[in-house]
Parts: sequence; structure tokens; C-alpha cells
Amino acid sequence: MSTTATKPGVTVFGTPNDREVEFTRVLDAPRRLVFEAWTQPEHLQQWMLGPEGWTMPECRIDLRPGGSWRYVWRKADGTEMAMGGTVREVKPPELLVTTERWGPEWPETINTLRLTESGGRTTATLTVTYPSKEARDAALKTGMKEGMDPSFARLEELLRKLK
Amino acid sequence: MRAATDQLSATFSALADPTRRAILTRLADGAATVKDLSAPFDMSGPAISKHLRVLERAGLIQRGRAAQWRPRTLDAAPLKEVAEWAGEFRRFWDASYTRLDAYLQHLKAQEKSDEHDRN
Repeated sequence: MSTTATKPGVTVFGTPNDREVEFTRVLDAPRRLVFEAWTQPEHLQQWMLGPEGWTMPECRIDLRPGGSWRYVWRKADGTEMAMGGTVREVKPPELLVTTERWGPEWPETINTLRLTESGGRTTATLTVTYPSKEARDAALKTGMKEGMDPSFARLEELLRKLK
Repeated sequence: MRAATDQLSATFSALADPTRRAILTRLADGAATVKDLSAPFDMSGPAISKHLRVLERAGLIQRGRAAQWRPRTLDAAPLKEVAEWAGEFRRFWDASYTRLDAYLQHLKAQEKSDEHDRN
């Protein structure tokens, strides 16, 4: 399944192949600004926060090949979530490739951010590549709008029974 | 979320196999013996027992102690954790992008006013 985001304000989820998941979003700003917002800690700490109630007290990124990055999120109740990895490739303002890991027991993913600009708007495509189909499916099981693996549809059914 | 990662990893790898998912689906209908559970599969008893051990280690099934047949029952708690985690994964990007939309407008406005100040 390929993904095409057509309008701002909508995140399109897709599974281009067995090991990947893709998030596409059209943003109403030139890609130069989007790239800055995505790669500078003072900006990242303002938006890459997920659902309400989280802050990002730690945000480090050494923006060059081989450089490391680490983000730590914190909830009001003290719960913390950390992830980090390495910068593989950086080509402002169009490409950022990083590795990402949530902890030693998690599979490492390769995250590729591609920015294309048209008419002052930017299409941001974030592709997350998992080491295997199993790892990806496990991560996404209930998170996908479309392209649900039939075997996981069965698990969904199981979860419904349990509710 | 962080404290739950070990449990989540165990649950994920247990769920990665279609036979094990089928076993769990069967157990959602009620307790079953190993014999009941192996019936739908063209698989040896030891092979099924191996799958059951993986599920047990992941905390997804429990073994009855009283009955001679030691029926297996489903423990749904780890599954709910997985569902919550996966839902959060998606909500994370939806919420972040919405915030990024607003933040980019703020950055654009700031640039414009900086330009204005220079002129």
C-alpha cells in the first residue's frame, strides 16, 4: 500500500512493505522551516510531545553522520519514556536518517524523514523500518488505519472479546 | 511505559507466531486442555507444548493446578498492555503533528516580523 497525503491536518498511515510503516503529513510551511523544527532541540521540545500531558525535559541531537541523539519525555506523574540512537545521514532541508531504540530489549529501527515542498507546503514522510515483519506487526498491531495483516485482524477480534 | 517494556517484549514475541495467536483465540472462549488445544493443528504434542510454554512465560496463559487435566486459561492483562501501547504509538504522531502545525505558523510569523524589523 502506498500513501499519499493530500491535505494538511491529516496524518496518513501506511505500510509500504513488510518491514516498514509510514506516516505522511502535509504541513503548511516551507520545508526549510519544517527541517529546523524537526532537528533543533528548542523547537522539538515545543511539539514532538505526543498526547497531552507530556513534556520533553531532555533533548539532544548531534546533527551529523555518526552523531548521537537522545530524547526523554516526562509525564506529570513522573513516568518517563526515553529513546535514542545515531544520526546516519543528514541533508538539510530534505533528508534525515537516524537509528532509534527505546531500550536494550527493543528492536532498533531506521527512521527516514523526507521533506518535499510544493507551493509553500511541505509533505513530511516519516518511514520507520523494523528489523523484521514480526517486529513491525507487533509494534503496529492496533495502530493501523488500513493494511491490517489478516493474522493480526484475528488478534483484534480476540481483544474485542476481552473488552 | 518504560517499566512495562520487558513484559511488552515478551508479549510481542509470543504473539509473533500464528499458532500461538490461534491458541489464544481458542482460550478466549474458555479454558481448554492441551489435547483440546492441539486438535485443530497438524502438529505433534511436544510442538504444541513448546508453544504453550512460550505463552506461559509471557504471562498470557495460566495452568490450572486442581484438575488432573491441568486446563489452560487465558490471562488477558498483557494483551491489554500491548493494545494500549500500540494505540499510544499512533496517538503520539497525531498529537505531535497537530502541535507542529501550530508551531510552524508561529515560526512563520516570527520570521516575517524579523524581516520587517530589518527593513
